[in-house]
Amino acid sequence: MAGSNPNAKPMDLTLKVWRQKDKNATGQMVTYPIKGISPDMSFLEMLDVLNEDLLRKGEDPVAFDHDCREGICGMCSLFINGRPHGPERGTTTCQLHMRHFKDGDTITIEPWRAAAFPVHKDLVVDRSAFDRIQQAGGYVSVNTGGVPDANAIPIPKSIADKAFDAATCIGCGACVAACKNASAMLFVSAKVSQLAMLPQGKTERKTRVENMVAQMDIEGFGACTNTGACAAECPVGISLENINMLRSEFIYAKATSENM
Amino acid sequence: MILDSKLPEGPLAEKWDKHKFDVKLVNPANKRKYDIIVVGTGLAGASAAASFGELGYNVKAFCFQDSPRRAHSIAAQGGINAAKNYQNDGDSVFRLFYDTIKGGDYRAREANVYRLAQVSVNIIDQCVAQGVPFAREYGGLLANRSFGGAQVSRTFYARGQTGQQLLLGAYSALNRQIAYGKVKMYPRTEMLDLVLVDGKARGIVVRNLITGKIESHSAHAVVLATGGYGNVFYLSTNAMGSNATAAWRAHKKGALFANPCFTQIHPTCIPVSGDYQSKLTLMSESLRNDGRVWVPKTVEIAERLRRGEITVNDIAEADRDYYLERKYPAFGNLVPRDVASRNAKLVCDEGRGVGASGLAVYLDFADAIKRDGQAAIAAKYGNLFEMYAKITDENPYERPMRIYPAVHYTMGGLWVDYNLMTNVPGLYAAGEANFSDHGANRLGASALMQGLADGYFVLPYTIGDYLAKTPYDKVPVDHPAFKEAEQNVISVNNKLLSINGNRTVDDFHKALGQIMWEYCGMARNAEGLQFAKQEIRKLRDEFWRDVKVVGVNEELNITLEKANRVADFLELGELMVDDALNRNESCGGHFREEYQTPENEALRDDENYAYVAAWEFTGVGNEPRLHKEDLKFENVKLTQRSYK
Ligand SMILES: Cc1cc2nc3c(=O)[nH]c(=O)nc-3n(C[C@H](O)[C@H](O)[C@H](O)COP(=O)(O)OP(=O)(O)OC[C@H]3O[C@@H](n4cnc5c(N)ncnc54)[C@H](O)[C@@H]3O)c2cc1C
Ligand code: SF4
Ligand code: FES
Repeated sequence: MAGSNPNAKPMDLTLKVWRQKDKNATGQMVTYPIKGISPDMSFLEMLDVLNEDLLRKGEDPVAFDHDCREGICGMCSLFINGRPHGPERGTTTCQLHMRHFKDGDTITIEPWRAAAFPVHKDLVVDRSAFDRIQQAGGYVSVNTGGVPDANAIPIPKSIADKAFDAATCIGCGACVAACKNASAMLFVSAKVSQLAMLPQGKTERKTRVENMVAQMDIEGFGACTNTGACAAECPVGISLENINMLRSEFIYAKATSENM
Repeated sequence: MILDSKLPEGPLAEKWDKHKFDVKLVNPANKRKYDIIVVGTGLAGASAAASFGELGYNVKAFCFQDSPRRAHSIAAQGGINAAKNYQNDGDSVFRLFYDTIKGGDYRAREANVYRLAQVSVNIIDQCVAQGVPFAREYGGLLANRSFGGAQVSRTFYARGQTGQQLLLGAYSALNRQIAYGKVKMYPRTEMLDLVLVDGKARGIVVRNLITGKIESHSAHAVVLATGGYGNVFYLSTNAMGSNATAAWRAHKKGALFANPCFTQIHPTCIPVSGDYQSKLTLMSESLRNDGRVWVPKTVEIAERLRRGEITVNDIAEADRDYYLERKYPAFGNLVPRDVASRNAKLVCDEGRGVGASGLAVYLDFADAIKRDGQAAIAAKYGNLFEMYAKITDENPYERPMRIYPAVHYTMGGLWVDYNLMTNVPGLYAAGEANFSDHGANRLGASALMQGLADGYFVLPYTIGDYLAKTPYDKVPVDHPAFKEAEQNVISVNNKLLSINGNRTVDDFHKALGQIMWEYCGMARNAEGLQFAKQEIRKLRDEFWRDVKVVGVNEELNITLEKANRVADFLELGELMVDDALNRNESCGGHFREEYQTPENEALRDDENYAYVAAWEFTGVGNEPRLHKEDLKFENVKLTQRSYK
């Protein structure tokens, strides 16, 4: 079947892929030539082709995380040619297409590198630290049932929209991978700001920011030094404003919280 | 076996309240003596697990992704229905009930659907309280849109990312219970068997996907919220990992599988571009509010287009056939999904399809852009247009989108009674994994509603009724039933690893998908289905002789994971074919070519087929046993669906 661009020529590429047997093994880059890649393929479909080749030869396929392949679940990762999610701005690895590469290219593919994201195998890393940060306070404490009517609290559209923007974080970890200190500030700030902006989240805003930041430190993420590399690489455009908001929330909490 | 749906007595509108009063309650102090396993933490599972935790039960929850936040629910775009009637446009619980029953082509239970419509209003309240940022009007109140052909605006949405926001809401509630220690979460853990003790569901066997370790977990009740089985077709809009394994293995342990052939093919997806294609991307149905669907009027023009002699913009207005508007003047481009999909297939079968493959139709925004301006269209659909451009490298502002139907949702699933319990005592199924509320066709924005209804508002009541009658005693995981199930899982894995054949798992999966799509897809007929049954059997035999799975069990082994799932799809596929063969009528997503009206519409046979087909497993390769649950309609009149 022909693709959307019937003139697109297949490409031959050289892949340099990080292979690591398990958490405790030392890994290394392994080179794989790959042929006949259609520009209409997605990056992960290109890796599928590689894996089918490896399997047919009886070799272990390259493990990588992925699920939705629509840019929304945040499961895919990959540090491609030195950039999280590859060269296209505002694009997750699964939404990156091979038309952004050219015949003869060499592509390096590595896992996220951060002390708080240990490698499980090959390109698969352990991001459970993110879940633990959310468990520390990324919620509004309401039980099921017994809540007011949804229209009981009007929320100005501008605030609802801003809260939505912060809420779109897909939890992929690219911000951490992009940061020279492996800081998780952008990720944490997205949830803190979303809930700080909304009336529902205001009651717990002080303890929330304190507990989430404390957990972030426990997990071993680095300090934020405002380089902005995170926001530049974030596939969904989470903005640095959220980090500013987290900072002011944090200072306010420290000054007044009963948790001090 | 007699299927008892346990429908409460009394008038439709009072059944659920009456039932809630009649069910047994577990004393608050005793709830901590009960353990519940929840497999799956998408909308249905996360909401159930969080609610159980809040009530005081001990919960263990499982998912195969690295975090519950990544369940397939995250990908839902369009919205969630609720009978809030905030727009004062005539909506009501009864209207939502009626639309859902009719949309499902009268193959769902009245009482279940009515309850769904009733609790739909509570879902929105709950989500807003959690901080879910739904779209709002300038006055600060919640915004609604009309979706999927509904005549009222009852769909709540969060831009094109409603599933994401709802799931993150349920995930936050789940996280809170994890932090309190009421829920223990097991990510990257896959259920591979159900354990029965004295005929009751008492636990599961899982594989740790990082270490390969096979482990048992025991509980007083097990909830499966493991999603749909659309990936039996290989290509679908489902996430890559979506699978039927948990439900299927429960089926093999005795749980009946209902209406497996009821699959939904979504009309607006980006067409296949090559053999390497791994999944299909949905373009939200909301696009049909402004986009016009058409193909060239004649085969000859379509052929010239496909050969590249002309481009789409060369086709004169008079040479375009807006076939949905022509055939269905009342609903036009907004006909239900099954109707839109079937008509796309019809025009492509006639040879009027577009795109290089001829398997696509146009969805054109030119008129909408002319009418409302590009900015207005961008504000509504910007992210979808961008997604389309990213995938196809074409600009939908300048030329129409190419779309084609793709497998999207499975209405069939584990048979459950009104309490969402399967026929296996103590085993429940929720969300897309059960068959309950959508009949033969699901309406847009109703799956999110059902998943959250099941998890937040139905199971917390009904599971208590069962537990209240269950002794506190726990079954230790060294009980012979657990050991036997573990052995079974280990031997299947060993078998898969030892075949060392020539064909890859994906190869088999693709071959199965082709059979299913060709013969058990948008249109089916007896001859094709019989052929498909034989082909699936052959393929399954070949799989167990010639599949290639490398590596060992004791590691992160992506091939072994997939092999288990595909092995189950190869059995489920045959059951789907059996079910489609059995149902000698057309209804909703199930279109048997032999049964159609002169205008090619689905021809139901209410006299003989107004029943749920619930299948019992009798061994691989044996004919399954059919159990019928008759559907009674007391509050709606069965009519032929007409969207003209
Ligand atoms: C692209 C797309 C868009 C959609 N848009 C809409 C929409 O706008 N409105 C709407 O109402 N519906 C929509 N739907 C349908 C809807 O999203 C799904 O039906 C619904 O989210 C299913 O939720 P669930 O909780 O039942 O299952 P899922 O979200 O699929 O979750 C399944 C869970 O089970 C786990 N699991 C599965 N198997 C196992 C196993 N063996 N062991 C352990 N864990 C397991 C998974 O890890 C996951 O946590 C859409 C679907 C798609 C594909
Ligand atoms: S902030 Fe952006 S980069 Fe970081 S986890 Fe969220 S979506 Fe990914
Ligand atoms: S696979 Fe889901 S975001 Fe990439």
